[in-house]
Amino acid sequence: MTMLTKQQEALDEKRSIDEDVLVEVRNVKKYFSIKGGILQKTVGQLKAVDDVSFTIRKGETLGIVGESGSGKSTLGRVLIRLLDSTAGQIIFNQTDITNLRQRQIRPIREDMQMVFQDPFASLNSKMSIEQLIEEPLLVQGKLAKAARKEKVLEVLEKVGLRKDDLQKYPHEFSGGQRQRISIARALVLNPKFVICDEPVSALDVSIQAQVLNLMKDLQGDLGLTYLFIAHDLSVVKHISDRVAVMYLGRFAEIAPKKQLYEKALHPYTQALLSSIPTIDLNVGNAKKEKIKLEGDLPSPANPPSGCTFRTRCPKAHDRCAVDRPELLEIEKDHFVACHLYSEG
Amino acid sequence: MHTVNEKENQHDELEIETTRKHRSPLQLSLRRFLKNKLAIAGMIVLIIIIGSAVFAPLLTDHDPKEHNLLKVEQKPSKEHILGTDSSGRDNFSRLLYGARVSLTIGISTMVFTVLLGMIFGTLSGYYGGKIDSIIMRITDLFLALPFLVLALTIIALLKKVTIGLFVVIIAVTSWPTLSRIIRGTFLSLREQEFVLGARAIGASDFRIIFRHFLPNAIGPIIVNATLLMAAMIIVESGLSFIGMGIPQPTPTWGNMISEAQGLRILRYHPEAWIPPGLAILLTVLSINFIGDGLRDAFDPKSDRR
Repeated sequence: MTMLTKQQEALDEKRSIDEDVLVEVRNVKKYFSIKGGILQKTVGQLKAVDDVSFTIRKGETLGIVGESGSGKSTLGRVLIRLLDSTAGQIIFNQTDITNLRQRQIRPIREDMQMVFQDPFASLNSKMSIEQLIEEPLLVQGKLAKAARKEKVLEVLEKVGLRKDDLQKYPHEFSGGQRQRISIARALVLNPKFVICDEPVSALDVSIQAQVLNLMKDLQGDLGLTYLFIAHDLSVVKHISDRVAVMYLGRFAEIAPKKQLYEKALHPYTQALLSSIPTIDLNVGNAKKEKIKLEGDLPSPANPPSGCTFRTRCPKAHDRCAVDRPELLEIEKDHFVACHLYSEG
Repeated sequence: MHTVNEKENQHDELEIETTRKHRSPLQLSLRRFLKNKLAIAGMIVLIIIIGSAVFAPLLTDHDPKEHNLLKVEQKPSKEHILGTDSSGRDNFSRLLYGARVSLTIGISTMVFTVLLGMIFGTLSGYYGGKIDSIIMRITDLFLALPFLVLALTIIALLKKVTIGLFVVIIAVTSWPTLSRIIRGTFLSLREQEFVLGARAIGASDFRIIFRHFLPNAIGPIIVNATLLMAAMIIVESGLSFIGMGIPQPTPTWGNMISEAQGLRILRYHPEAWIPPGLAILLTVLSINFIGDGLRDAFDPKSDRR
């Protein structure tokens, strides 16, 4: 009892400080066990997400960038409880949803939705567009039939599709249009928070911009909060307010967009930024130096000791192999996990 | 890198053909099936066979079970188109009524097996983990024992085999193959993004199974069910032929052929065993053609947009 009241007090205190925080993630870990041998014993652990903490304020977009295998998609799926976290706490809209049962989580899914990466795999090909967009309403048991139809039409228009698309099936659409359908499906419940798991990485560049603009417009209209996962910084730049860079299940750096793009501190972020192809009209005029990373991403099942990035870091020194750098606030709102910036 | 080649402005092109009918994937499969000549031929033959079984009383006046020892092993005549068997029963009438039994057994064993296979395959493929391990070990056990030997043992232990009992025995011994197929399909579906999407909106297990898994697994299920039906007709004939199936005097095609075990009938009365043999051949062949047609119709690789 006392424990509960204490927790409640702590929560109340927190609430008064961060009224506008929608999502708070505290030390979340997701380990997958690696099974081996005839008896399928656990022989190791794959640390897909390893001790990640952050908050997202209402109306904000947090971009998460990382190579494939960095754990960014896993993080998204843990947040929406498609996967159970190994440790840590997820607080959504002032409710701790970390350990809620599937039945208890259902009403919360109304406020928290997800847009998936592959528009060809994320829509059930046997359902018409109307059925697809209506399904979330049906599952949540929200509206009567007539109101549902109206809502479906309303959302359909919002994402730039038309009424006669309703009776079509996914195979009749292009990738960009399918992603619009996915977005409509996510938005039909009027969520507060949308997790976008690489929503444009399967699309043509010209269509990427259209879909990104649509998402940005919708955010303004509906007051949405986004967690935007991507594997390249240029896509994230367009839509994010803050950007986090992920490497082997940890945050390397997290900062407001402007600061991160102009003054990246972590060597990994610097390398990522320099790899963005640019059109340089003044050739020979202060040409940007490219930082090339050596080697591949190490296996998350067997990460390097100390700083996990040290094996590929051009600025690694002795300490990096021993100590694990903590995520420290170097400037206001600018956090970096690198020994170059920690004292001592 | 980019999988999408279509242009977004396809929308404008589509505007011209807004009157076009939108077909669901199932309708598209059906259209593909109807274009398959071999499958349609199989369909026609099967309809004729089913028709003659249904309308058997209109096509013959003889009772297939009525024996007449004064008229045994008669050659074909106007009265008995295909002659009579060793008990003096009319062969033609037995052929028609036999179709009833053989088809009933084929269809009902198929339905029963599919039902069992679907229940266990769904449990196994959807829930995975311990349930999956237990069910799969049971199927291993069934698959390790030769199916016919198992069925024969059960039949030998029972005193009287009725059609209903026969169906149950065959279904119980043959569901593991189908449940493995369904489990495999479900396992591959489980990792698809649209299933994650359904979970993300809070869909119940029931909804995910019936609205998302089964419609996407219906192709392999229907195809295997058809082929299973053909196999079941053969099994019934085979068991009846060696006297372990439906007992006499019930007319089945297998029972009719078993007459030909006698060398005299085999040699002098081909009209007694060739027609039921042909009937089995035609039925099984046409069902298999239909099955192959369905396979092609459901296979996404043959998809034409």
